[in-house]
Amino acid sequence: MKRVKADPKGVLTGAHFLDGDFAIAEGALAAGCRFFAGYPITPSTETAERFSERIPSVGGVFIQMEDEIASITALIGATWGGQKVMTVTSGPGFSLMMENIGLACMTETPLVIANVQRGGPSTGLPTLTGQQDIMQARWGSHGDYEIIALSPDSPQECFDLTIEAFNLAETYRVPTFVMTDECVGHMHEKVVIPSPEEIEVVERKWYTGPKDKYLPYKLDDDGIPHMVKAGDGYHFHITGLTHDEKGYPVINADAQDTCVRHLVGKIKNNAEKIIRIEEDETDGAEVVVISYGITSRVAIRAVQQARKLGIHVGNLRLITIWPFCEKRIRELAGKVKAFVVPEINFGQIVLEVERCTAGASRVIGVPHCGGWVHNPADILTAIKEAVK
Amino acid sequence: MKPEDRLEEKNPIEDLLRMDRIPHIWCPGCGIGTVVTSFAEALKRSRLDLDKVAVVSGIGCTGRVAGYVKLDSFHTTHGRAIPFATGLKLANPELKVVVFSGDGGIFGIGGNHFIHAARRNMDLVVVCVNNFNYAMTGGQVAATTPEDANASTAPYGNFEYPFSLPYLADAAGATYVARWTALHLRRVTKSIQEALAKPGFSLIEVITPCVTLYARRNRLGDGLSLLKYYYDKSEIQHGADTRSLAIGYQDKLIVGKFVDREKPTFLDAMNTHLSKVLGDDYQLYGRLNNGGN
Repeated sequence: MKRVKADPKGVLTGAHFLDGDFAIAEGALAAGCRFFAGYPITPSTETAERFSERIPSVGGVFIQMEDEIASITALIGATWGGQKVMTVTSGPGFSLMMENIGLACMTETPLVIANVQRGGPSTGLPTLTGQQDIMQARWGSHGDYEIIALSPDSPQECFDLTIEAFNLAETYRVPTFVMTDECVGHMHEKVVIPSPEEIEVVERKWYTGPKDKYLPYKLDDDGIPHMVKAGDGYHFHITGLTHDEKGYPVINADAQDTCVRHLVGKIKNNAEKIIRIEEDETDGAEVVVISYGITSRVAIRAVQQARKLGIHVGNLRLITIWPFCEKRIRELAGKVKAFVVPEINFGQIVLEVERCTAGASRVIGVPHCGGWVHNPADILTAIKEAVK
Repeated sequence: MKPEDRLEEKNPIEDLLRMDRIPHIWCPGCGIGTVVTSFAEALKRSRLDLDKVAVVSGIGCTGRVAGYVKLDSFHTTHGRAIPFATGLKLANPELKVVVFSGDGGIFGIGGNHFIHAARRNMDLVVVCVNNFNYAMTGGQVAATTPEDANASTAPYGNFEYPFSLPYLADAAGATYVARWTALHLRRVTKSIQEALAKPGFSLIEVITPCVTLYARRNRLGDGLSLLKYYYDKSEIQHGADTRSLAIGYQDKLIVGKFVDREKPTFLDAMNTHLSKVLGDDYQLYGRLNNGGN
């Protein structure tokens, strides 16, 4: 992967007071995103507004599409036109994007989608928080595939992780999601934007060989095929159908096996390189609290209170949600009495923890169906229950 | 027959086709191949740099066109060829982007995208092959099926009112609108050629027999005779009022070039407007009057 310094045109170096939604737009511009297609939806619109205001002087395109289906599909087209691209949405819009997220996975099209989550189902709580789209991010489109999803817990991380999302999307040629939520999206905090020289950006993996030898899906040594863009004379073909190295449709079980195994394998086999988690006092802990996004900022209060009570509590924050940190949970399982998993949904990541623990430790979920963050007391109650 | 015994060594549009994917999947008597031939001929005459021409298709019989043309070509999802093409064009304004799809994809599931791309005057050429039904899935009723025609999901005949595609395109703001039947080979070619040369949103509707489903179900004879029937029933009225173009079952077909007007494209309007408002702070995107020759 070729890493370069960020294009200074998109980087607003300095210390700013920004909300998470704005920080996502700044992260995208710093990462080299020059095409944004979106549709207004609360609580994510500020990202689109910020991008539409900033892009004319940076050089690029903002287009408000007619719906979220058009937005995601325009992103895929724009990637094949040679740009780095992103959109932002929330629950209902994320649902509408699912079919074409599948097209992006199948055609191995790098792109970034930020989901500023709100309470659902349906129109639910447009202005209030939720973390209920975690499983949808992983499984929402039909068929077998893998994606990458990150979860920022602050406006600063909205900026940092948006850049990382672009870098991961390019490295693995996969749709990458920034799964934030209404609280972080609308939270104003200090965001420090480094100088362009300090920002590392992954360049697209461009093909440079002879034109007539280009095969869109021939795997390179690292298992990721090279890309070209339309207009460069390759006369290549891309399809959402199961395809061979040439990108031509092949409708049989063998081709499907090769194609899908690759889409899944390129993420699974690189999971340890992709995954980032943050741990505090997990070694030797009786209980480990696992959380992500806004919930991790509430959980820390409960962890501090429990420690004052003399309970040895470890804290584990997921920065990468998908792929899931399976290996680390398996290591901790059996060593800790219990995992406590608060999240603003009725139990999504807790299912992953249960799967990886395989009965070796207790797993206690702390569900919350959205609209507000947890009361730290509820998490503390679960921690106390865990050490009984 | 050995290759050397063939009357012609080479199909005249062979250099524009992915010959390693031929034979194609279309039924004998289907008109889609004819429209592809017209498109290839128009491309040759246009003298466009073929490296800078891209074809985007959706799903369905006509959706397979992208798989056969030897250009940068994209076979996308059902109904979404236009937004894909929009992203492609905006990301690389040098490209001439052609959307090749059927009536189901463009005016059924993708109808909203069509009217918005026309409204924005996105610089795209849309070739819509209209065969009055959903053919790939087995002849179901469509937004274009004439009243009283039979379809597999309208087994007692269609009682819905169909879209008139040129009327819709005109109302939504398209700058070039034409309709022909697949047998109007030279005229289809000429219309595609004109649309390729014109910056802005163009629609060329081509009425085509679906021999296996629509024709058989409605007992309209074989492909060739239906192709001829459509041709004989057509009446050329250039510049006709687009309100008068509704298609009745096996009725008269008004064909011709109905709309040909000038209007800045989306990118031209964006560049002009933002330059005016922001002055030197604006970074011109692409080049002005992009998409022309």
